[in-house]
Amino acid sequence: MGNLMAWIDERFPATKMWNDHLAQYYTPKNFNFWYFFGSLALMVLVIQIVSGIFLTMHYKPDGAMAFASVEYIMRDVPYGWLIRYIHSTGATAFFVVVYLHMLRGLMYGSYKKPRELIWLFGMFIYVALMAEAFMGYLLPWGQMSYWGAQVIISLFSAIPVIGDDLTLWIRGDFVIGDATLNRFFALHVIALPFVLVFLVIAHILALHEVGSNNPDGVEIKKNKGADGIPLDGIPFHPYYSVKDIVGVVVFLFFFSVVIFYFPGGGGYLLEHANFIAADPLKTPEHIAPVWYFTPFYAILRAVPDKLMGVGTMGAAIVILFFLPWIDRCKVKSIRYRSVIFKVNLLVFGISFVVLGWLAMQPATEILTMFSRIFTFFYFAFFVVLYVTSKNESTKPVPDRVTS
Amino acid sequence: MSTDHVVDTKRRRFLVNSTSVVAAVGAGFVAVPFLASWMPSERAKNAGAPVEIDISKMQEGQLVIVEWQSKPVWIVKRSAKTLSDLVTLDDKLSDPASAEEQQPAYAQNANRSIKPEISVLVGICTHLGCSPTFRPEIGAADLGGDWLGGFFCPCHSSKFDLAGRVYQGVPAPTNLVVPPHKYVSDNVIVIGEDGEAA
Repeated sequence: MGNLMAWIDERFPATKMWNDHLAQYYTPKNFNFWYFFGSLALMVLVIQIVSGIFLTMHYKPDGAMAFASVEYIMRDVPYGWLIRYIHSTGATAFFVVVYLHMLRGLMYGSYKKPRELIWLFGMFIYVALMAEAFMGYLLPWGQMSYWGAQVIISLFSAIPVIGDDLTLWIRGDFVIGDATLNRFFALHVIALPFVLVFLVIAHILALHEVGSNNPDGVEIKKNKGADGIPLDGIPFHPYYSVKDIVGVVVFLFFFSVVIFYFPGGGGYLLEHANFIAADPLKTPEHIAPVWYFTPFYAILRAVPDKLMGVGTMGAAIVILFFLPWIDRCKVKSIRYRSVIFKVNLLVFGISFVVLGWLAMQPATEILTMFSRIFTFFYFAFFVVLYVTSKNESTKPVPDRVTS
Repeated sequence: MSTDHVVDTKRRRFLVNSTSVVAAVGAGFVAVPFLASWMPSERAKNAGAPVEIDISKMQEGQLVIVEWQSKPVWIVKRSAKTLSDLVTLDDKLSDPASAEEQQPAYAQNANRSIKPEISVLVGICTHLGCSPTFRPEIGAADLGGDWLGGFFCPCHSSKFDLAGRVYQGVPAPTNLVVPPHKYVSDNVIVIGEDGEAA
């Protein structure tokens, strides 16, 4: 065995990679609950890729056959229902863990110097994930697939001058049709998964280059022992690989409950209108995107002007990319930051959730007014952060991590 | 190696740069066919053939939907009262005179139609492409008590009157599109072909 490894290591850095990224990757010893979600996101990516590969073996990316082929998977393919529910629930699970992972970054300042690139790669992952989920949602070719895609693609028509030609180019037809379905299938199963995997590798390489942040926001590399190992660091494997397995077990428990008992999620995971085949002549009475897009959809609906609405929604995502430079406070962790920051972050979190809820309701005047108020709070977070973070009155940060 | 052999770094940089530029231009040209392959195919372009519809059996106030270029096209037969109501709406609309080119020249009039009572519209909201709902009932409570009939988009609450003209203060920027159409006889409309100016 040892000889075999030596033979391989002379030709491929297997042991070196194992040590650099797992067995000798030193991680702060004070990780808490919030540090499960990165590894969980990686696992959900694997679940989606595996279940997705098996779905493509039975699915037909054809405007005339797509809807029926999904029903065929559900009824006739052995365990087809299970594979599809794993994939559809996996999409929701992906966004759950990614949103919690991002909130963790916000709380502990994990986007700050020297981790700006980790945050940027992460934001690109988030955007690619939204594109991946959106294109996947068209594939069942139900009413909500069709009209949801119609609305999202039409967002591009708000761009002055080139907008209409751009939407025509994206659709490949004068309306959403077979051409659109076919290319979305190609992007969903080949192009975007490649992009996602590449970005995830870049995200992890950047993380392992600078080292993980922690709930105290203390750089463990500042305090090294005589052996050059951070005093507050423990090897990722076996300590955190084992800890993460506990997170995996808890996650899979909830994941299984949804798959086996609530696969439709009460109409929030598989929307009711999507059990009717796509009909280009009739828009469903009430159309709302799947829950993970709703906060941005509420921002779109809040603005009574097409170009401004689309622009505001785009800005809500783009502004997150600039977070490392908007937050000018040197202290990373929320534990040692001011009350202003804590309140600001809380209001931001509440706004995000409330906006998500508002977008699922029919647009009445009073609810539109609330959408506008919470859209204001959403953007106010960044303004307040920029203004107050420069000279924030922070608590003293300890030299070493607290246990 | 001889001592007088000096690397001409300036020349080397020029060669590297010019090679890179030529390669980039070449890559740009190679991208064209791939990007162009996303435009509508010849088959898709040919599918937009004109459709014919007989309106002799239509009742006043009725909406008929026909499919043209896979889009819903509405034909509404409007009553004399509706036509007189349309005029009273002008100050609530964004573009009451149909100044924006959302209709052929022969439909750029008060009723946005060739025959005053027959309205032909593409039933796709000019906001984000949903198909609005036909709401002819006058005074509908959920649309404000002064509603005089029209179209309501369930996606983002845009409102249009029975000539497809957009109300003010809604997300849709322009009036609904009037497709090219013509009458081949008194009761037969061809959608997708321009006729003589009527």
